[in-house]
Amino acid sequence: MSDQPILTLDHVTKRFGPITVVDDVTVNVHRGRIQVLLGENGAGKSTLINMAAGVHEPSSGQIIVDGHPTRIPDTKASEALGIATIHQELQLVSSLSVAENILMGRLPQRFGLVDKREMYRLATEALTTVGLHVDPHMPAGALGIARQQLVEIAKALSLKARLLILDEPTASLTKHEIEHLFGLISQLRSEGVGMVFISHHLDEIASIGDSVTVIRDGKFVAEVPATTPEPELVRLMVGRSIDEQFPRRATPPQEPLLSVQGLTRKGTFTDVSFEVRAGEVLGIAGLVGAGRTEVVRAIAGADPYDTGTVTVQGKPLPKGRIGAAIAAGVGLVPEDRKAVGLVLGASVEDNLGYATLMSSARYGLVDRRGQAKRANLVAKRLAIRMRGLGQRVGALSGGNQQKVVLGRWISAGSKVLILDEPTRGVDVGAKVEIYQLMNEITAAGGAVVMVSSELPEVLGMSDRILVMSDGRVAGVLAAADADQHTVMSLAVKEVEPDRV
Amino acid sequence: MSNTQETTPTAQKAPGADVTSKRAKIADFVSANGALVGLLVLCVAMFIATPDFLTPNNLLNVGIQASVVAILAFGQTFVIVTAGIDLSVGSVAALSAMVAAFTGQSWGMPPLVALLFGLLTGLAAGMLSGAATAYAKLPPFIATLAMLSVARGLTLVVSNGIPVPTSSVVTWLGGSIGPIPMPVVVLLVMGAIGWFILNRLSVGRAMYAVGGNLEAARLSGIPVKRVLVTVYALSGIFAAVAGLVLSGRLASAQPQAATGYELDAIAAVVIGGASLAGGVGRISGTLIGALVLAVIRNGLNLLNVSAFWQQVIIGLVIAVAVGIDVLRRKRA
Repeated sequence: MSDQPILTLDHVTKRFGPITVVDDVTVNVHRGRIQVLLGENGAGKSTLINMAAGVHEPSSGQIIVDGHPTRIPDTKASEALGIATIHQELQLVSSLSVAENILMGRLPQRFGLVDKREMYRLATEALTTVGLHVDPHMPAGALGIARQQLVEIAKALSLKARLLILDEPTASLTKHEIEHLFGLISQLRSEGVGMVFISHHLDEIASIGDSVTVIRDGKFVAEVPATTPEPELVRLMVGRSIDEQFPRRATPPQEPLLSVQGLTRKGTFTDVSFEVRAGEVLGIAGLVGAGRTEVVRAIAGADPYDTGTVTVQGKPLPKGRIGAAIAAGVGLVPEDRKAVGLVLGASVEDNLGYATLMSSARYGLVDRRGQAKRANLVAKRLAIRMRGLGQRVGALSGGNQQKVVLGRWISAGSKVLILDEPTRGVDVGAKVEIYQLMNEITAAGGAVVMVSSELPEVLGMSDRILVMSDGRVAGVLAAADADQHTVMSLAVKEVEPDRV
Repeated sequence: MSNTQETTPTAQKAPGADVTSKRAKIADFVSANGALVGLLVLCVAMFIATPDFLTPNNLLNVGIQASVVAILAFGQTFVIVTAGIDLSVGSVAALSAMVAAFTGQSWGMPPLVALLFGLLTGLAAGMLSGAATAYAKLPPFIATLAMLSVARGLTLVVSNGIPVPTSSVVTWLGGSIGPIPMPVVVLLVMGAIGWFILNRLSVGRAMYAVGGNLEAARLSGIPVKRVLVTVYALSGIFAAVAGLVLSGRLASAQPQAATGYELDAIAAVVIGGASLAGGVGRISGTLIGALVLAVIRNGLNLLNVSAFWQQVIIGLVIAVAVGIDVLRRKRA
């Protein structure tokens, strides 16, 4: 009995149109065991679990529950089978009370009215099972993320879930909250609940998992015990070692290209100063909310600042004037390419040409030949995979979209590239291509400022690392002297304002 | 040339199915040129219902009837491409025509100078709406709603509520050269200018970027505010031209002229395939949209359908045309 998996995704494949997102993957989940799903962003983990959650049905292959082939056409069916999914984005209705959230869709009724007293009793009972002591009358939105997550788990358990799917549950939790969550998970495991656990954090795997299924580019790679050493897990996950993953070729730094002095915007960042030389990659690390994005946007002229100066190639830039910054050779690749980087409905050629559209025009006429020529060259140089320059940018993959945003500045001949999370949501192959491009830019005498929350990326690609904490520069490290530990200790350091 | 309008990929040739591929090609054409196909179908239907429809005289009539709305709609196309809307075009048309007539009549300006005053009035009204939108951050709906009221009010103030005779130049705009009516000539000229602006000028291409994603356009160095002011200024000038043509046809500037035309202009743009969400729209589509409205009005007149029912039918046509377009886009 205990040998039979609760759930088997048996050689499942999921295609969306021509794109295969999950390709012939098999996963078994047993009673009282924690199956970890490991893979990079976009490897297909979420799609895989969505098949068990009833969000998608497999294009081929089958789902087996308790030994019986089963269809899970919708989330209701998934719930009825005892499968509960805690998605990455929490699904609570923030304006409703905790109790209403827990019992949503099955509120206890008396004479056709909601039986409030019974509702709060059931909710309190459910909250006790996860050790969460909050008032069930409270609106769910008033709780922090960690507590909201526990509310979701309480809801799942009150549905008598035998199988709990947790999609990156630790992504936004503090260390203490993670410990609490892991305690709860271990307890549930000993009670016989089977779990699927998705995480990027390799260090969590050994402490919580039993077995690890690694997938890459939608394909099954290996199933290994959770005790497998981290470097081996990385190798399985990305298909290459770290060295090949970050192919930084350092160039001897030359004259300063960008110099930032005492940049301050009240309440956001304070007294930020640094210099970037030609041939150099400066990584900017820090926690979310440390002010990294705000600083680089201010440098690029996208947002105003209160005091300080930004100098490019010896010339000071006027405050908050994007046009002037671009003319001086600054190019900003913003954090969220879909929201603010691209005109998704417009063609690849148009998107590549926006930075030069106005400046290359003569008498107001579009330089059509020049724009087309530049787009062609850049698309070739960056190996943008598309059907043609006339294709809608929105139809390209994340990696190719990012290359288009980068290509816009290559086309404009920018010397100082500011990249904000340049590889977020980009597949492994395109990531390396973007890194190679950073090498080319610095080799050609340009400078790169890279904001990234991926520490391995910052460590692997930067020549120097500036760490921000609470809107201030906490320190600058030479990449050779930096490791995860030194960077993180600066990132959490409390930087006291200088008191004279 | 790259085009913001979605281009349908050429259908893959299925092995050994020439008929299918031909059919697919036709289907592609129909779906890419829905408004044009609709217009042709409409014309055939009108011809079958009343053979009078396809006489040269009547077709020129359709052209005249379409001209004012089409010229307003060309200007409106710029605005809608940038995800805005200009509710003031009918009032601005009336005000511009009134200023041209008044400066000629009461101030004794030479006809060409008076006409220039009319055009400048449209330009100024448009720039004000544009500045209110771009710099004062008023939603375009509100800024141009205010201008609708202001311009209509000023028209009444200037004219004292009484029609003013137009100058010779303006009357000439409403006449004809040989068999060709001048309004149709002006329509074609303004259409060509509109096409040139949208497709060949950098500011025109920038309009698509601003309408498609304003923040992305701004971060790419496109001067978004200047583009927006230009867009409303152009809409104002096009409205002034439309107003002059309208007053020329009547040989007088009427204080209540072009009331409600803004809605026809918007309808023409939308029937022509533009999206109110911005980033999409073509002058050729707008022309077709204006012709669709004119053909329906003309045909229903020939068929002696009452003006009351005409309004009902036009409303339904707008809903159906845009509905089909939405479905088509969803499928694509």
